[in-house]
Amino acid sequence: MILDSKIPSGPLKDKWDKHKFEMKLINAANKRKYKAIVVGTGLAGASAAASLAELGYVVEAFTYNDSPRRAHSIAAQGGINAAKNYPNDGDSIWRLFYDTVKGGDFRAREGNVYRLAQVSNNIIDQCVAQGVPFAREYGGLLDNRSFGGAQVSRTFYARGQTGQQLLLGAYSALSRAIGKKQVTMYNRKEMLDIVIIDSKARGIVTRDLINGKIESFWADAVILATGGYGNVFFLSTNAQACNVTASYRAYKKGALFANPCYTQIHPTCIPLSGEHQSKLTLMSESLRNDGRIWVPKNKGDKRKPNEIPEEERDYYLERKYPSFGNLAPRDISSRSAKEVCDEGRGVSATGFGVYLDFADSINRLGKKVIEERYGNLFEMYERIVGEDPYKTPMMIYPASHYTMGGLWVDYNLMSTIPGLHILGEANFSDHGANRLGASALMQGLADGYFVIPYTIGDYFARNKFDKVNIDHPEFKKTESEVIEKTNKLLSIKGKKTPTMFHRELGEVMWEFCGMGRNEAGLKKALELVPKIREEFWQNLTITGEGNDLNISLEKAGRVADFLEFAEVLLWDALERDESCGAHFREEHQYPDGEAKRDDEHFAHVAAWEYRGVGNKPVRHIEPLEFENVQLAVRSYK
Amino acid sequence: MRLKLFIWRQKNATDKGHMEKYQVDDVLEDMSFLEMLDVLNEKLILEGKEPVAFDHDCREGICGACSLTINGIPHGHEKATTTCQLHMRKFKDGDSIYIEPFRAKAFPVIKDLVVDRSAFERIMQAGGFISINTGNAIEANALPISKKNADLAMDAAQCIGCGACVAACPNGAAMLFVSAKVSQFALLPQGQPERKRRVLSMVGQMEKEGFGACTNFYECEAACPKQIPVRFIAMMNRDYLCSRVTEPVEA
Repeated sequence: MILDSKIPSGPLKDKWDKHKFEMKLINAANKRKYKAIVVGTGLAGASAAASLAELGYVVEAFTYNDSPRRAHSIAAQGGINAAKNYPNDGDSIWRLFYDTVKGGDFRAREGNVYRLAQVSNNIIDQCVAQGVPFAREYGGLLDNRSFGGAQVSRTFYARGQTGQQLLLGAYSALSRAIGKKQVTMYNRKEMLDIVIIDSKARGIVTRDLINGKIESFWADAVILATGGYGNVFFLSTNAQACNVTASYRAYKKGALFANPCYTQIHPTCIPLSGEHQSKLTLMSESLRNDGRIWVPKNKGDKRKPNEIPEEERDYYLERKYPSFGNLAPRDISSRSAKEVCDEGRGVSATGFGVYLDFADSINRLGKKVIEERYGNLFEMYERIVGEDPYKTPMMIYPASHYTMGGLWVDYNLMSTIPGLHILGEANFSDHGANRLGASALMQGLADGYFVIPYTIGDYFARNKFDKVNIDHPEFKKTESEVIEKTNKLLSIKGKKTPTMFHRELGEVMWEFCGMGRNEAGLKKALELVPKIREEFWQNLTITGEGNDLNISLEKAGRVADFLEFAEVLLWDALERDESCGAHFREEHQYPDGEAKRDDEHFAHVAAWEYRGVGNKPVRHIEPLEFENVQLAVRSYK
Repeated sequence: MRLKLFIWRQKNATDKGHMEKYQVDDVLEDMSFLEMLDVLNEKLILEGKEPVAFDHDCREGICGACSLTINGIPHGHEKATTTCQLHMRKFKDGDSIYIEPFRAKAFPVIKDLVVDRSAFERIMQAGGFISINTGNAIEANALPISKKNADLAMDAAQCIGCGACVAACPNGAAMLFVSAKVSQFALLPQGQPERKRRVLSMVGQMEKEGFGACTNFYECEAACPKQIPVRFIAMMNRDYLCSRVTEPVEA
């Protein structure tokens, strides 16, 4: 299979303009003859649904939540990047492009990333016009801050709730379109499969989460904006319902899954406290600006942190990376934390935690300054852990946070299935092997507001669409497959709950495919995961009925897909025999612990093709060409 | 910790519903309230019983999905805290805890602790937006906004749409929710062209949905996990009155 990225020819700066000109248009009066289904209503989905409706297309949108406003985009704290260069500190579209490619460890497409940087400025304009209350200076203009180690201040923010405000902006646009009857909104409906007719994506099959009804919906194109798969690790900073089902169903129907092994671990989360734990809470990375990270020098030192004298503490990041210190990039600080905990020097009840200590900053700047900067975060920490971080150092540990991998898409955001478009975290395209802080919001909104409204029109204009409706045999067939699977889940009547299986899977994935990976471990995991899956289908128990609101049935369906998908992730991690960005193969590192890329053999996208449950999928390659940037070694010494 | 739980169980929208008693024994103080319910649910499933249905998602206090009335108070007794952020260390060994759904005429129960808050959706659809199509925006810094107003707008915009204000109000009023959205836009220059129409149509929809009227109990402010102040209600009332007398009624 040849993976054609469809990157337009010509100079990088002109590609998107040229492409927009070359795309075919649909006459304004004809747009209402085309229908698009949008699954997921986070930043990417809500912005796409609203924008397509404004253009005149018929849109149906779906979420499993009770409202589009609940999508997990809402939890993003830090901010959104744009190349406005308001602070006059040397930023430009080119610099944002370069930083993103470099941050992704040279594993993203130049063309996509450049377009992302170009439209970043339009996003800020759009959001301000919607009434998003970004932080401002006294002069009334927008404030910016430096974020995630960027050398320029290009991050726009709304207190610590930027994701919430941007999502509510997109949600307001979507609500307006729903009110005008341009979008039909389906809440509490979960997509369980996709329907392909004449090799085009023509609809979806859903389950109504209130009455269990299985229903079909047809369209001329299907858009998945269904987020990432971080919950494959069971514990992550994702919301409880986040899952891989929509993407995985598309994969099973022929869409390729690209770079699943690129999973980002966030270094500053609140550590695990016990088996009951359902999620890990992220604490903004900005804390590392004023906190010092340390563990006891001696193994098994059980003293309280304040009783450990200065000379018996190991400020390991400052020791190992003197110039970046506590601000070392996400992957490096995460791995270093794991290292010291594996040595038995970890803190917290489970031994998997390190201190983030504000004592020095409080002495230097005063409690008031620290309170102004981090007051709400300290409060949140105290609420969860029950300790006051002004007096006792915080404890943090890395957690699964974001997934750069996703369904393969071309420059038009279309997957290998014609008509199936993938937006936001669900696609793989822009972040390479590692995403920079404040870039997730940017990409979600870029895809939804400024890319798909153009490219979907071109798809409609270039294709003929036979009339289909939900009585088509393909819909009936898919519906019965979904019903059959649901009945099967209900009929096992074994002894373990869906959550028990999910936790087991998560433990294997975190142990062997988390922050550090190696050949032996990955091979071991490839033996363990199928065993868990096998047991799942023999020993699962769920109670209640299929035709009712049934939380354990919902969960079981999602876990079933994670159990299959995990293997794809493991295969990708095993066969990418290099380290790059967030994918760290222990066999490939520089003496200082930095990831050692192998550009000669792995400067490509790996996209996996489904070959049946339990069979090894087929690995396809899309070579990455770098015409504008020079591949370099990241160094943060 | 050992706790006695009294939980509202209701099979579906038409079922009458009842309180059911559960004993949970191995509750740890580090658990969140919802994790405590997870533990109960796991136990129920293994006993072949149906788990307790409740809405939740982000579990970090921002999505607004969780919605329990705990010992009579929406989101429980801890100030400025959603149910998912309430931790068991705030309770004592041997406590009895009463867990009910958010109760309001406009929020019918769907099942157990899950309620239908789609009335909020329809209020938003009636006017909770600034009419701007994608691509129409002017350059962001072409419109300076005083920091004071931007900050105030942000105070209002923090609303997570959970509905605790409605559940806490003896009248089942949605004034705090609606006023937060109305005020956010009323405080910003972008919101001015539609200001009058917006407040009239959002308030109009609110009344259609069966929410009660505000009689200044201020219970909403006390229950709000984001501490949205009632002065936004005052702002909205002023706006509504001005708009009512100056805006021509649309046919």
